[in-house]
Amino acid sequence: MNLMEKLEILTESAKYDVACTSSGSSRSGQPGGMGNTVSMGICHSFASDGRCISLLKVLMTNGCVYDCAYCVNRKSNPTRRAAFTPQEIADITMQFYRRNYIEGLFLSSGIMRNPDYTTEQLIAALELLRNDYKFGGYIHVKAIPGADDALLSRLGLLADRMSVNIELPSQGSLEKLAPDKSKQSILQPMGLIKERINENRYDVVKYNHAPRFAPAGQSTQMIVGATPDTDQRIITLTEGLYKKYGLKRVFFSAYTPVVEHSLLPALDTKPPLLREHRLYQADWLLRFYGFQASELLDEKAPNFNPLLDPKCSWAVNHREQFPVEINRAPYEMLLRVPGIGVRSAQRIVKARRAGSLDFQALKKLGVVLKRAQFFITCRGRMLEGLKVGEHTLLRSLMSGPELAQFQGPQVEQLSLFDDAELSPLPAAAALPAAALETAITAEGAAFDV
Amino acid sequence: MFKTADLAYTYDGSFEGMLCCVFESYTWKETPLAIHSDTAEVGLLLESKWIETDPAKAERVLSSIPKRISPQAEELVRLGFYSNTPDKELLLLQFLQLGFAHGRKVMNMLADDTVNALNKAVQLVRREGHHYLGFLRFSVYGPVMAAVIEPQHYILPVIQDHFCDRFHGESFMIYDKTHRAALIHEPGREAIVTLEEWTPPEPDEDEEHYRRLWSSFYDAIGIKQRRNDRLRSSLMPKKYWKHLPEMKEGTSAKTGRLTPGKAVAKLEGGED
Repeated sequence: MNLMEKLEILTESAKYDVACTSSGSSRSGQPGGMGNTVSMGICHSFASDGRCISLLKVLMTNGCVYDCAYCVNRKSNPTRRAAFTPQEIADITMQFYRRNYIEGLFLSSGIMRNPDYTTEQLIAALELLRNDYKFGGYIHVKAIPGADDALLSRLGLLADRMSVNIELPSQGSLEKLAPDKSKQSILQPMGLIKERINENRYDVVKYNHAPRFAPAGQSTQMIVGATPDTDQRIITLTEGLYKKYGLKRVFFSAYTPVVEHSLLPALDTKPPLLREHRLYQADWLLRFYGFQASELLDEKAPNFNPLLDPKCSWAVNHREQFPVEINRAPYEMLLRVPGIGVRSAQRIVKARRAGSLDFQALKKLGVVLKRAQFFITCRGRMLEGLKVGEHTLLRSLMSGPELAQFQGPQVEQLSLFDDAELSPLPAAAALPAAALETAITAEGAAFDV
Repeated sequence: MFKTADLAYTYDGSFEGMLCCVFESYTWKETPLAIHSDTAEVGLLLESKWIETDPAKAERVLSSIPKRISPQAEELVRLGFYSNTPDKELLLLQFLQLGFAHGRKVMNMLADDTVNALNKAVQLVRREGHHYLGFLRFSVYGPVMAAVIEPQHYILPVIQDHFCDRFHGESFMIYDKTHRAALIHEPGREAIVTLEEWTPPEPDEDEEHYRRLWSSFYDAIGIKQRRNDRLRSSLMPKKYWKHLPEMKEGTSAKTGRLTPGKAVAKLEGGED
C-alpha cells in the first residue's frame, strides 16, 4: 500500500472527530527548530462540508480491538485497514507544515492490541517530531482511555492539547452502543489530565524550564442524535465538564450514520445539523455570555427550539428583564440582549464613555438592530416607530437565512424565508407553541404604546 | 477647526509622505478636498499641491501620535495606511485632526463617522492579514520556499513577524503580486522589497508529490453527508482559491456552488 492510499484511509477514518482547533497555545519559534503556535489558532483551509482544516487529522491506525456500534472503525466493520509508522507521520507533518498547509498534527488511533501499546506508538511518533525534527507547531493528541497513568503523563508533555472523547452523553447510551467503554474509563484519564495540568502550573512557576503539560488544555466531544438523550442532558453535562474538569472546549458531532446497526438510526438518516448548531450556540452562551445551563433549558422544555436561537428563546421568556438602557446597563446585561454579541457589547461599553449612544450609533457598532430593537432603549426611548405585533416580533427573531444552511445543502436555496410566515412553526418545537403565544401576547401588550 | 482648502495634495505614496501631508495641513490650518498619491489616477478638476516628503517632518508627526493620542492610535494609522480604502489619506488626516483635538478619548469615539470608517478599514486589513496566515501556500524548491499572494490590502508587514518567527531557519520569499512587493527572509535577515515581476518556477517531482498528498487529504477529510458549498465559500472566499493547491481544478469536490443549469448537466452527465 502506498503513502497516498494510507493517507486517504486514515483520514477517512479520522474525519468524524470534530475538533480541529489549533487555539489556546502560544509559543514562539525555538532556535534550531521549525514552528510556533498562535493563541487564537489559524484555519488553513475549509473542507467541502465547510469545516475548518487546521491540523493534519489522521489516525495512527484504523484497526481497532473495540466494537463500538456507532464507530466506522469498529472491529466487526469490514473496511480497509491501514497503519502509519511514526516515521511516516513525522515526515508528512513536517512537509505539510513547511508548505503552510497546516498548523500542526491531530493524532488519534484505533486501539492496537491494548491501550498501553497504542499510547506507546503515539508517544513514539510525537517524540520523533518534537525531539528529532524539533517541531514547534501545534499537536493535539487523543488520550486513550485505559492506558497507564505514566504513559498518559509522557504523552501530555509532548502535546499542546489532549482530548478524551466522552462519545455519548449518558451512561445508559454508552452501555448500549459502546460496550467496551464506561463512564468511569472515560472520566478517569480526564481527571488525570486535569491534575497534571494543575501540577504543571506550579512546576512552571518553580522551575524556569519545566516542560509544559498540554498548555492548550483538554477538550472532548460527544455524538448528538445517535441516542435519545435530550439537549438539556447534553448541555448540563457540558457545563459540568467545564466546571469540574476545566475543559477548554466541548465539541458536538451530529451523528452521521456510517454503519448499519439495529440500535442506531437508519443509514439514510440525515445528520441533525441544526440541532448541533443550536448546541454550539448554547455552548457559546455558557462560555462567553455568562449563562447557566439551567437558565436555558429545563424539564418542561428539554430541547432547543429549532426556529429561535437559545438566546432569543431565553429573552422571549424573560420579558420582565427588558428593555435595558444601552447607556447604563452593565456589560453582563448587554450580553444577554439578542442581537448584541461579545464584540458589540465591548464596543458599546467603550463608546459610551465618549458620549451617549443612539440607535444610529448602535448600528455602526455592529449591533443587529433587527433583533435588539425589542429589548433596548437609548436615552430612555425605544426605537421610534417600532411596532410589535406577534408576527413582526417572531419574524424578526427567527433565524431565517441562517437556517437555510441546514436544510438540504446540495440544492440552490431559493429565498424561502424572505417572507417567513408563522406557518412553519412546527408543533414539535421545543418551546411549546402555546407558551410562545403567551409570551408574544404579553409582549404585544407591553409594547403597544 | 481647519478651513477647507479648494485643492488636492499630491504626495509620493509613502507612509512618510502621507505624514508630511498631515504636517502641511497643520502648517496652513487647512483641510484639502483630496489627497492623492502620485501613482494613483488624479482627478483633473482640482488644483493640486505637491507635498515633498521630508523625513524630519514625518518623524515629528509620527512621534506626536503616541504622545498626544495613544500608542494604539499609531497602530491604527499604520494599518489604515495599508488599506486599499479609497481616500484613506484624507480619512487618516481627519482621524488625526480629531485625535490631536480630543487626545486618547478619540479611541473610544467609535460612533463617530471618521473613527468608525477608519476602524472598519483597519478591520478589513487585519482580517485579510489573518486569512493569509492560513491561506498562504509555500512551494518548496530545494533549499528555498516561495509563495505568491494577491491581497487587496498591503498586508506583507502584517504577516511578516508571524512567518519570520515560524520559519526562522528557512530561506523564503512571499511575493505580493497586487502590490508588486516581496517579503524576503533568510536566517537572521528579513526585508520587504519592491519586485515588479516574478513567476514561480515549475514544481519539481517532490513538490508535486506533496501537493497531491495534500489534495487527497483535503478530499478525504470532508464529510459527504454534510457537504455545504455555501458555508465553505463564506469562510474561505473564492478570491483565495487561485493559489490553493487543494482547490485546483481537476481534483474532485472542487466545483463551487452549482448553478441550476450546471446541476442538470451534471446529473445527465452522470458525473460525481
